[in-house]
Amino acid sequence: MNNLFVFCELDEGRPAEVSLELLTRGRSLADTLGCRLEALVLGSGLDGIENELFPYGVDVVHLGDDPVLEHYRTMPYTSVITGLFKQEQPQIALMGATTTGRDLGPRVSSALHSGLTADCTSLEIGDHYVKKTDTTYKNLLYQIRPAFGGNIIATIINPDHRPQMATVREGVMKREIINKNYRGELRRIDVSAFIKPEDLAVEIIERHMEARKVDIKSAQIIVSGGYGVGSKENFAMLYELASLLGGEVAASRAAVDAGYAGHERQVGQTGVTVRPKLYIACGISGQIQHTAGMNQSGKIIAINNDPMAPINSIADYVINGDVAEVIPRLIKYYKANAR
Amino acid sequence: MNGIKIVVLAKQVPDTRNVGPDAMKADGTVNRSVLPAIFNPEDLNALEQALRIKESYEGVTVTLLTMGPVRAAEIIREGLYRGADDGILLTDRAFAGSDTLATSYALALAVRRLAPDLVIGGRQAIDGDTAQVGPQVAEKLGWPQVTYAEEMHFEGERLIIRRRLERGVENVSAPLPLVVTVNGTAPACRYRNAKLVMKYKYARTDTELQAESSDYIAAGRPAIKITEWGVDAIGADPEKLGLSGSPTKVKEIENVILQSKESKRLTASDGDIESLVRELLENHTIG
Repeated sequence: MNNLFVFCELDEGRPAEVSLELLTRGRSLADTLGCRLEALVLGSGLDGIENELFPYGVDVVHLGDDPVLEHYRTMPYTSVITGLFKQEQPQIALMGATTTGRDLGPRVSSALHSGLTADCTSLEIGDHYVKKTDTTYKNLLYQIRPAFGGNIIATIINPDHRPQMATVREGVMKREIINKNYRGELRRIDVSAFIKPEDLAVEIIERHMEARKVDIKSAQIIVSGGYGVGSKENFAMLYELASLLGGEVAASRAAVDAGYAGHERQVGQTGVTVRPKLYIACGISGQIQHTAGMNQSGKIIAINNDPMAPINSIADYVINGDVAEVIPRLIKYYKANAR
Repeated sequence: MNGIKIVVLAKQVPDTRNVGPDAMKADGTVNRSVLPAIFNPEDLNALEQALRIKESYEGVTVTLLTMGPVRAAEIIREGLYRGADDGILLTDRAFAGSDTLATSYALALAVRRLAPDLVIGGRQAIDGDTAQVGPQVAEKLGWPQVTYAEEMHFEGERLIIRRRLERGVENVSAPLPLVVTVNGTAPACRYRNAKLVMKYKYARTDTELQAESSDYIAAGRPAIKITEWGVDAIGADPEKLGLSGSPTKVKEIENVILQSKESKRLTASDGDIESLVRELLENHTIG
């Protein structure tokens, strides 16, 4: 009882990247707490899926395998998870901040009246002292996230309600196999015990899912553009430089909102977290939501004409100038000097 | 669907997309007074969806519901200018400090009192980006939810909704009553209608009327009333509101101070750019 649960989402029948990252972080938090790490998987036709999870140090896999759960739907998934959580009383429950996790998390938290913090960039364990009542809460989950336009970093806690719930974006935590021979226990969930007929009210008519096309996460070199790039047309230069360097193009939220690039290229708290060898930030001011998603890059080059831009303070190289002037020069001198 | 009643959930938010250097006070707290307050962008997408249904069927009504300080009546007027029929402002000191769960408790009670067939809200608000309130309201009502909607229409008595997901689209069919949250990829909201601006220019809440000293109001001309509801109007338990009703607490707020690296400062000159490229090639960062 009172263990740490990770809701493991599936991606074409395999555990999603973000879920494996959460299991990795969950394992180390569970070690700190001295509790077990338990995974929860729902879907259909999932024989053997537990073997893909155990190596991350999972002690128990709760498997709900039923045709009714084949594709994610809010209500049946909520009913199974809230039902299981009522039995198991987890102290912490984590899920990916995906379209699924962000649909499911609030529903579950509302049903259980437990707090939920969205898009955490860090999860830690720590105590909390309340002066008024002279009470110390031990071993709470610190849910840390930028807030209010990224001008502040807030640490959120849920002292009195369980489970303490948080969602985390893909790429924020690192994925790491603990021991490929680690073996936990498989427990099958009796799905029919939790699902009511009215949970099936919403029907899926059709789905068109595309394979992941743009993969900025695994790119070694990223040329990233912000609002300062100025236009979708100007982004063409970034693509040219990226393809020359064997990298990918990414964008800040402001650039995505302005329609300069697609959402799948967005770096930052509400996008993807990247750790490339080289990150070239073009016309990006560097609000914390953006830098939270790229500040672990090996080398950072900032190109902009604002000497006070926050991005400059984390950059290895700051080029003071117009993006439209600097990029063609980078292209020119790369071509001239590369062998 | 003729005759249905739609409630649009909307929030007035500080425009965090354009935060200037003066947005933070010296003590590290947020200086709300310098940030413009706007109609949360995706709530406008939601309003547009409601107005499209209203246009397509007979007798559909659209009511805006917002929770916030008295000032939030501004977005109700904004909604009226664009075609909403009326608006409710949930305002009470007891609501202050509510997290998403306590907020959804209050909103769900207000929705119950309004008894609509369909609730539509934006996917998320730009001041928190949590995307929690829509689903939490749906759960409290015991209704199904459809999130990330970008297009919707009725087929018979069911709503057919296209959802925009990370990696594609999903079309679903859902019965009423229902909560829908609308994605920013949905059509933008129509502009204000000049006639409606004239009609609703002096729409006021009671609190606004008391504070108001405009000649128009002073002349005793009829002002259209924006309904104000407090804790009693929705029968809320004050313990479930505000800080006491919020499971999540803010333990700590830190100002963002970026740790400065030793950066090399370069100009855009040919000389500087070429030596940078050579340096990166030499240390195998590129090439």
